Amino acid sequence: MSSSNRLNLTPAQAQEALDAHVREIVQWHFSPETGSPFWLDWVKQAGWDPTTEIQGYADLVKFPHFQDEWLRDELNERWVPRAYVGRPYYVFETGGTTGMPKQRIGWEDQFRDYEEFSETLDDEHFPRGGNWLMLGPTGPRRLRLCIEHLAHVRGGVCYHVDLDPRWVKRLIADKEFAMANKYKDHAVEQGATLLKNRKISCLFTTPKLLEALDEKINVPDAGIKGVFCGGTQMTPQNVRFLVEEVLDNRAQFVPTYGNTLMGLACSRPLSPDDNWSITYYAPQPRAVLRVVDPDNTTETVGYGDWGRVELTTLTKEFFMPRFLERDEAVRREPWGPYGWDGVGEVRPFGAMQSTTIEGVY
Amino acid sequence: MTLPHIPVLRRGQVYESLEKVEIKSVRTGESVVEISHANAGIIRRDMRRIGDARAALRKFSCAELVAIAKKAGEHFLHSTLPLGDQTQSPQDYIEQLSATSGLPHILIRRNMGKIYQVFTEMETILRGLTRGLDLTVIDRGSGEQQGVPVSYYAATEALGVVLPSNSPGVNSLWMPALVMKIPVVLKPGREEPWTPFRIIQSFIAAGCPADAFSFYPTDHEGSGAVMDTCGRALIFGDEATVQRYAGNPGVSVHGPGRSKVLIGNDEAENWPQYVDLIAQSIAENGGRSCVNASCVITPRHADALADALARRLAEIRPVPATDESAQLAGFANPKMAQFIDQAITQGLQTAGAEDITAEYRTDPRIQELDGSTYLLPTIVRCNNFSHPLANREFLFPYASVLEIPQDKMLEQIGPSLVVTGITHDPGFSDALVGSPNIDRLNLGPLPTTRVQWDQPHEGNLFEFLYRRRAIQRAGN
Repeated sequence: MSSSNRLNLTPAQAQEALDAHVREIVQWHFSPETGSPFWLDWVKQAGWDPTTEIQGYADLVKFPHFQDEWLRDELNERWVPRAYVGRPYYVFETGGTTGMPKQRIGWEDQFRDYEEFSETLDDEHFPRGGNWLMLGPTGPRRLRLCIEHLAHVRGGVCYHVDLDPRWVKRLIADKEFAMANKYKDHAVEQGATLLKNRKISCLFTTPKLLEALDEKINVPDAGIKGVFCGGTQMTPQNVRFLVEEVLDNRAQFVPTYGNTLMGLACSRPLSPDDNWSITYYAPQPRAVLRVVDPDNTTETVGYGDWGRVELTTLTKEFFMPRFLERDEAVRREPWGPYGWDGVGEVRPFGAMQSTTIEGVY
Repeated sequence: MTLPHIPVLRRGQVYESLEKVEIKSVRTGESVVEISHANAGIIRRDMRRIGDARAALRKFSCAELVAIAKKAGEHFLHSTLPLGDQTQSPQDYIEQLSATSGLPHILIRRNMGKIYQVFTEMETILRGLTRGLDLTVIDRGSGEQQGVPVSYYAATEALGVVLPSNSPGVNSLWMPALVMKIPVVLKPGREEPWTPFRIIQSFIAAGCPADAFSFYPTDHEGSGAVMDTCGRALIFGDEATVQRYAGNPGVSVHGPGRSKVLIGNDEAENWPQYVDLIAQSIAENGGRSCVNASCVITPRHADALADALARRLAEIRPVPATDESAQLAGFANPKMAQFIDQAITQGLQTAGAEDITAEYRTDPRIQELDGSTYLLPTIVRCNNFSHPLANREFLFPYASVLEIPQDKMLEQIGPSLVVTGITHDPGFSDALVGSPNIDRLNLGPLPTTRVQWDQPHEGNLFEFLYRRRAIQRAGN
C-alpha cells in the first residue's frame, strides 16, 4: 500500500486496511512457498494455524510476545522468506553494547520507509536538492544507510560523521564521563567543520548532539533549514528548548521515533499549543504501535493513559508480532492523515523508577 | 489559592519550564509548591553569556554592594517578596520551608537570624576573607595592602553552587560572592528551593542587579552542567562526591564535616563541666549541620561522659513543628531516616560499640509524629576509632564517644571540619594548631557550631574566586 493510499483514511477504513494487510502478511510468512524457516518451524510446535485463525490485527494477540533474543541467537538465514532466497540482503544491528548484537535482515523495507517519510517532509525546510549531514550513529545501523537514501530520494547528497553509540554507552556505564564528552566533542566538531565547509541544508542528528552542535556553531546560521531528530527520549521541555533556542524558530524541527525493527514513525507537527508534546504515528500498516497495560499486555490502555509500547512489524521481509519495546508512552487518538492511534511522550520504560543509559543515541 | 510556583531564573529573567516538579509536605503529603525544572541545555546555553551578569555587577563598587547586602538583610527578615507569580511573607517562608524540609519553625527562625547576619555583616566577612584588603582593590583590580602593591583578578565569571536540602544556613557560604562581584548560578536542593530564592529576591529588592542571579532547579545532568560550566563551583555531597572532585581546583567540595570535640589530659577530670557544651555541639540546628560534633574523644572517663551525654540528649523528643521548644527536625524523606536507623543498628552488630542512649529511652530510635519521621538523638560508645560507627556523621544528633590517649588523638581523627579542643595545655594546643586535618579550630570551651563571621569556612571564598597576580609599575 503506497503512502498516498494509507494516509487520510478514517479510523474505520484504516482498521479495515490493516486487517487485510495482516491477513496477507500472515499468509505470506506461514506458507511453505513464501515463509521463512524460523516461522515455519515455529508454527509446527505452536499447535494452531495462523493462516486460518488470524483474520485481523486483533487476532495477533494469539501470538506470544516476540523475543528479541531470537534476533541474536538465530542465524540470519533462518529469517529469509523462501520467496527471497538467493537475493543478498542487508544486515542491520541494534543494541549490542556488549556481546552479540541483535540483527535484522532486510532488502528494501528500509528504503520504502524513508521514501514514504520523505513525502511527509516540508520542501521549504527540507529543500529538494539540498544536501544532508548525518550526525548520528553509523556503522552497522540501518539509520546510516537510510539517511543517505533519504538525501538521494530528495535529490541531495549526504555527509557523514563516524559515531559508535556502543562506545558512548560503555563509557557512561563505566562512569568515564570526561571521555564520553571528549568523544561527543570529537564527533560534533567534525559535524561543525562539514557545516562550515560544505553547502548543507538538512540535518539528521540526536537531541543531545544537536544541543552539543549548538555549542560549536549557530545551526540555522550555518544554513540548516530543517532538522530531523531522533534516537533518544525528547521531553516537551527539551523539544521547546531545541525549537525556540537552539534553532531559534528558524529551522524546522521534525522529531521521529524509530528503530531497526519498526522503521520510522512520523510525528504530528509540534506546537506550543500542545505544550510541545510529541505524538508519533507508526508507518501503518507495515508497522503498528500499541500502548499496552504492562501488567496485562493483551489489553490496550485507554486514550491519555500511560502504558508500555508494543510493536508489531508486518512486511513481507520481516514479521515480528507483539514485540515489547523498552519504552513507555501515552496512547493518543488518531490525528490528521493518520487514521490510527499515536504514541505520545515516549520515554524509557520505567523511566520514573530507574536510570537508563541513553548516551548520545 | 493556587499552588505557588517557583520559576527558573536565567540571569534574573523568570522562565517557566514545561517540566515542573511538585514538592509535598512531609507531614500531610499535600503539594506545597510547583517548581520549574531547567533542562541541562538551558544551563549550558545561558552560561555562554554569563559575562553579561558579571558586567552588571561590576558597575557597582564593593562598598555599594555591601550597602545593598545590608538592605537585603532587612528584606530577607521582614519583607514580603516575590515568589513566582505570588508573594511570600517571612511567615509564609517559615511555614513553606518547614512543610517541605521537616525543620521546626524555631530552627528556621534561628537560621534566618544567621543568614541576616551574613547579609548585614558582609563587611566583616570580607575583611576576614581578604585579610583586611581595601575593597577598592577589588573595584580597581590593583592597589596596596600594608604598603605592598597588590593586584587581584577574578578567576571565574560565575560561582556555581549545588546546594543541599539539610539546612538553610549553608546558603551563607555563597552569599559573599555577590559582594565580590561574582554572579551566582544556584542549583537548589530538592526540598529546599525556598531559602536561596528568598535570598535572591532580597538582594534584588535591595538594588542588586537581577542579572547576577541564575537559579536552576534541575536534575542530575543539570547539576553536572552547573559544575562543568562555572569556572568555580561549590558542591555539597557525600564521600563519593568528595572523591569525584578531588584534585579539581575549580571545585570546592563540602563533604561530611566529621566535626569533633577533643578533651585534653589537663581537662579530662573536669568533663562534667563540658557536658552542656558538647551536647549543644551535637544537637544544635537539629544535628543537621556539618559543624555539629559527631565524635567526642577524651583520654579518660569516656564511659561516664557518654552516659551523661546520653541522659542529656535523651531528653530531646520530637514535638510539633510549631512548638518553640523544638530541637529535632523531621526527615523530608522517611526512607532516609530508615536507612540511617538501619545503618546504626547494623554498625552496633560489630563488637566494640554500644548505644548508650538506648538505656534512656523505652521506644525505638525512629519515631513518627504528625506524619513526620524523626530519629532520636543517639550516643554510641565505641572502644576504638576504626569501629564503623566511630567516625560517622548522620543527619540528626548523633555522636560517638571514644577514649584515646591525648598523644594518639591527632594521628587518628582524620579530616575534621571543626575541632573544639578543650585544653589549656600549650603543648596540646600547639599540636592542634599544627594539625593539617583540622579546618576550623576552636581552642577552649566553644561549641563546634559557633561560627565567627571573619573566619573562613572550608576554604577561603575570596581566594577561591580571585587570584593574585604580581604587579609592577614603571616609575615616572
